[in-house]
Amino acid sequence: MRRPGRETILSHKRISRRGLILGAGQAGFLGLLGWRMRHLQVEEADQFRLLADENRIKIRLIPPARGEIFDRNGLVVAANVPSYRIMMEREEAGDVEEVIARLSQLVELDPDELERAREEMRRSSLHPVTIADRVSWEALSRVAVNAPALPGVRPEVGLSRRYPMRDEYAHLVGYVGPVSDYDLEKIDAPDQLLLIPRFQIGKVGLEKQREDMLRGKAGTKRVEQNAAGRVMRELSRREGEPGKDIQITTDSALQSYINARLSGESAAAVVIDCETGDILASVSTPGFDPNLFVQGISVADYRALLDNKYRPLPNKAVQGVYPPGSTFKMVTALAAMEDGQAQPDDTVYCPGHLEVSGRRFHCWRRAGHGNVDLQQSLRESCDVYFYEMALRTGIEKITSMANRLGLGVQHDLPMTSVAKGLMPTKDWKRNTRGQEWVIGDSVNSAIGQGFTLASPLQLAIMTARIATGRAVQPRLIKSIDGVETPTGRGESLGLNENNLRQIRRAMFEVSNNRRGTAYRSRIIHDAFRMAGKTGTSQVRNITAAERASGVVNNRDLPWERRDHALFVNFAPFDSPKIAVSVVVEHGSGGSTTAAPIARDITLQALFGEDPPLEAYPSKDRPRIRAQQKKLREDQLSRAETEGDRA
Amino acid sequence: MSYLEYTVKTVPTGPRKILYVNWPLALLLTAVACIGFLMLYSVAGGSYTPWSAAQMKRFAFGFVLMMAVAMVPIWFWRNISVVAYAGSLALLVAVELFGSVGMGAQRWIDLGVMRLQPSELMKITLVMLLAAYYDWLPLGRTSRPVWVIVPVILIMVPVYLVLKQPDLGTAILLIAAGGIMMFLAGVHWAYFAAVATAGIGLVTAVFKSRGTDWQLLADYQFRRIDTFLDPSSDPLGAGYHITQSKIALGSGGWTGRGFMQGTQSRLNFLPEKHTDFIFTTLAEEFGFVGAISLLGLYALIVVFCISSALANRDRFSSLLTFGIAATFFLFFAVNMSMVMGLAPVVGVPLPLVSYGGSAMLILLLGFGMVQSAHVHRPR
Repeated sequence: MRRPGRETILSHKRISRRGLILGAGQAGFLGLLGWRMRHLQVEEADQFRLLADENRIKIRLIPPARGEIFDRNGLVVAANVPSYRIMMEREEAGDVEEVIARLSQLVELDPDELERAREEMRRSSLHPVTIADRVSWEALSRVAVNAPALPGVRPEVGLSRRYPMRDEYAHLVGYVGPVSDYDLEKIDAPDQLLLIPRFQIGKVGLEKQREDMLRGKAGTKRVEQNAAGRVMRELSRREGEPGKDIQITTDSALQSYINARLSGESAAAVVIDCETGDILASVSTPGFDPNLFVQGISVADYRALLDNKYRPLPNKAVQGVYPPGSTFKMVTALAAMEDGQAQPDDTVYCPGHLEVSGRRFHCWRRAGHGNVDLQQSLRESCDVYFYEMALRTGIEKITSMANRLGLGVQHDLPMTSVAKGLMPTKDWKRNTRGQEWVIGDSVNSAIGQGFTLASPLQLAIMTARIATGRAVQPRLIKSIDGVETPTGRGESLGLNENNLRQIRRAMFEVSNNRRGTAYRSRIIHDAFRMAGKTGTSQVRNITAAERASGVVNNRDLPWERRDHALFVNFAPFDSPKIAVSVVVEHGSGGSTTAAPIARDITLQALFGEDPPLEAYPSKDRPRIRAQQKKLREDQLSRAETEGDRA
Repeated sequence: MSYLEYTVKTVPTGPRKILYVNWPLALLLTAVACIGFLMLYSVAGGSYTPWSAAQMKRFAFGFVLMMAVAMVPIWFWRNISVVAYAGSLALLVAVELFGSVGMGAQRWIDLGVMRLQPSELMKITLVMLLAAYYDWLPLGRTSRPVWVIVPVILIMVPVYLVLKQPDLGTAILLIAAGGIMMFLAGVHWAYFAAVATAGIGLVTAVFKSRGTDWQLLADYQFRRIDTFLDPSSDPLGAGYHITQSKIALGSGGWTGRGFMQGTQSRLNFLPEKHTDFIFTTLAEEFGFVGAISLLGLYALIVVFCISSALANRDRFSSLLTFGIAATFFLFFAVNMSMVMGLAPVVGVPLPLVSYGGSAMLILLLGFGMVQSAHVHRPR
C-alpha cells in the first residue's frame, strides 16, 4: 500500500472532524425525536387515548316508542305506525346529482324537500340527510332493491304517530308534530331526544299535557364510526324505556256518534259519567284531521283551518266559554233556597218584566207567566222569578254556589287551555273594571247573562253535581300502563237534599211536562227518563227599538248574531248515570236546537248503540229513523276513507 | 485526485467483492424495509394488496440494484457525477415542460413502466456532484469565495426548479443536503454563520413588518404562514391532519394497541396513512417501544455509514457516504418531526417504509454507492 499524500491526510482529517460534528448534531436531533416520542406516547398517552376514543366512539340515541292512547274499551286512538324515509350521505354518494337523478326515477321526490336536503348536504358531508319522508313501502323496497346503483342512499324505518279516528279526537287527544326551535326555546334543559331533527312531540291536547309520560326515555348505543361518520359496528347498547300507554275514559262509539250528530254546526258537547266523573265523550265541531300536523302541516292547510269561521282548531268543549243563559237558573234557585230566601211553594208574580232601580228587565215571554213557583219558573224558564231571587240572595251567594257546582273554577284536566270561565263578584268587577257593582249586574247574572261565562265541560259538571249532590270531578285518564287512576266520584257537596230534589224534579218537568221548554225532546222509555234545562244566551243586546218592533226571529239574523243554544241534562232521572251538556254556537234556541241533540246523545249513551225508536216521541220517529240511517252511512263512509288511507 | 494515491490492486476484484460488502448495513436496510411491508399490510386492513406486495417487489428489485451498484468501482460513479447531475437537471426541466400533475403539483414523468420523480433523483445526484466537486477542488481553495459560489449555484438551480413544481419538502431537503456537503468539505464557519445571520435577520424583518406601514408580505400570506407554523390554529383545516396524527401517536402508549388494532388508521382518521403518515400507524399499533425501535434502526444505519466514511481515506468516497447518510437522516428526521408536530407538514416520506417507488429505488441506489465506496475503499 502506498503512503497517502499530505493533502489526502489533511482532507481526511478535516472531513472526519466535520463528519463527527455533523454526527453529534444528528445524535442530538435523534435525542429530541426520542424525547418527543416519550412525551407523546408515555406522558400524555392517557389523554390521547381518550381523544382517540372520542374520535371513533359516538353515542347515538335510540328514540323510545311513544306511549299509545286507547279509549275505555281498548280501541286505539293514537297509534305508532312504521314510517319509511330515505336518507342520503354525501360523502358516500360521490356524485350527488347523479344519484338524485337515479333516485327520482324510483321515488317521487318533492322539489322543496330536495332543495332543503341539498342545502343540508352542502353544510355537512358526514351526516345522513332525509331526502324523502313518508314514502310508501313499495317505494322503499324499490330503493332497497336498487341499492347497488344508489351509493350513499339508505332506507330507514322509524315510528310515526297516526290517529285512526281522525277529527273525532282531534281536540281531546290533540296531536304531535316535529319539534321546532320555538318549542326548544321554551324548555330549559331539553331532553337529548328533542335535538333529533324532526322528533315528534305533543303539541296540543293530551299529547302535550302528558308529554312527559308518553315520550319515554331514550336508550343509547355506543357505535364506532370512521372518519367519514359511517358506523362500523355497535359497541354496546342501553335500552331506553318506552312511553307509557294511556287509556282514556271516553267511549269512541259515543264520541264518534256525537261528532256525526253535531256535524255542520259549530258546537260542543260533553258527556260525563255521574258515578265516576269519567268524561265519556267530549266533542267540538267542526274538527280537523290531526294527522295533517304530525309531519308538519302545510301553510295552505293551516290557512284554511284558521280562515274557517266555525273555528275548527280550538276545543270548544273545554276552551270555549259562553254565557250559560237559563241553564244557570238551577244555580240561582239553589243559592236562594240554601239561603232560605225561597221556599218551593213561594210564588212570584211575573208581568213580563221587572223594574229594578229605574231599569226594566224583560222576561223572555212578553206577556208574562203570571204567578209562578219554583217548579213552574224552571219548567217554563220564567226570568222574572230568578231576577227576584237574585235581588233577595245577592250575587256573592250565587257565585259561591256556582263555584261549588263547578262553574268559574278551573278543572284539572290534561287538555289544552281548560277554561276557568267567569262567575262575577263585586270585588272582581271593582278590580278588573274599576266600576262598582250595580244591582242590574246581579239581575243579569241570575239568568246566566251579563258577566257569567261557562264552558260546556263546566255545565256538564254542574249538572252531574246537581244530579248526585256530590262534588263530581271530571276524569279523562282512566289508567296509565294498566294502573287505574282514582275516580272523580267526589264527596257530598253538603247541600240540602230536599232542595236538590226540588231542582231535579223541576228539571224533570222541563222535558217531561207538556208545558216544559224541552217537552218535544223528551224520552219515552220509562227507565231512561231524562231531566234537563234549556238555555238560550244572547250574544247581542236587544235594543229598545227592536223590542218596540217586536223581537226579530233569530232565523232572520245573520249567523254570527244569533243566540247560542244550550241544553244540560242528566239521565236516567231515578238513578242518574250520565250528565250531558250541549252548546250550539249561534244555534238560535236551546229548546229547538240543543235539546234534541242532547236527547239523542243521552239515548245513544244509555243504550250504547242506536236506541229503539220506541224511546222517541211517536211524532219524531220517522225523522229519527232517517237521521239514524244517515248517520250510520256517514260513519261507514268515514271508516272506509280511513281504511283507504291506512 | 485521490485515486492516484493508492493502487487499485489492493481493491478486491471479481465475485470476491461480494464478501467485502457492508453486510450489517444491508441487513439493517432490509429490516427497516420489512417493517415497512408489515405496516403497509396493516394499513390496507390486513391485505398484501394494494401496497405491501408491490412494495416488496420494488424492494427486491432495489436490493439487487444496490448490489449491482456496489459491484461497480466507486471511481466510475465519481466520473459520471457531472453527467448524472446534468441528466437529473434535464429531467427536472422536462417535468416542468411535459410532466403530469399529481396531487396538485407537477412532479413526475410517466415512463410507462414506472413514474420517475426527477426531484428524487436529484437528491442523490446533487450529493454525488458536490462530493466529486470537492474531490476535484484543491483543499486550499475550499473556502475561497469564488469556489464557494460555484456549489451554491449548483444547489440553487435544482432548488429553483423543484420549488416551481411546487415541492417545498424536496427543496428544503436539497438545500439542507447541499449545505451539509459544503460543511463536510470544510467550507469556513464564517459562511454558515453569515447565512444563518442573514436568514434570521430576514425572517425577523418579515415578522416585525407585520402590521406596520412597511409590511413585506400581504395579510393572506401571513395567515398562510401562521397555519403553516401552527396548524392547531386551524383545527378543521390544515391542523386536522396533524391533530389526528398526534392523537394516533399518543394513544399508542408504551406498547401500542396491537398489530392491526390502531383505531385512528383503521377508521381513516389518519391522512395519507400509507405514505407520509405511516409512522403514526406504527406508533399507534406498536407504541413507544415500536417507534423508538424504528428510530434506533435508522440511527444504526447512519452510524454504520459514518463509521464506513471515517474508515475511508478516499475523499470522494467519504464525502459521498457522509452525504448519503445525511440525506437519509434528513428524510426520517423531517418526516418524524412532521408527524409528531415538531415541524410543519411538508411532504417528506419515511425512507424505506412509506409506500412509493422512485423514492425507495433512488435511496437504494444511493446506498449502493455507499456500498461501492465501502468495497472499493483504499486499504
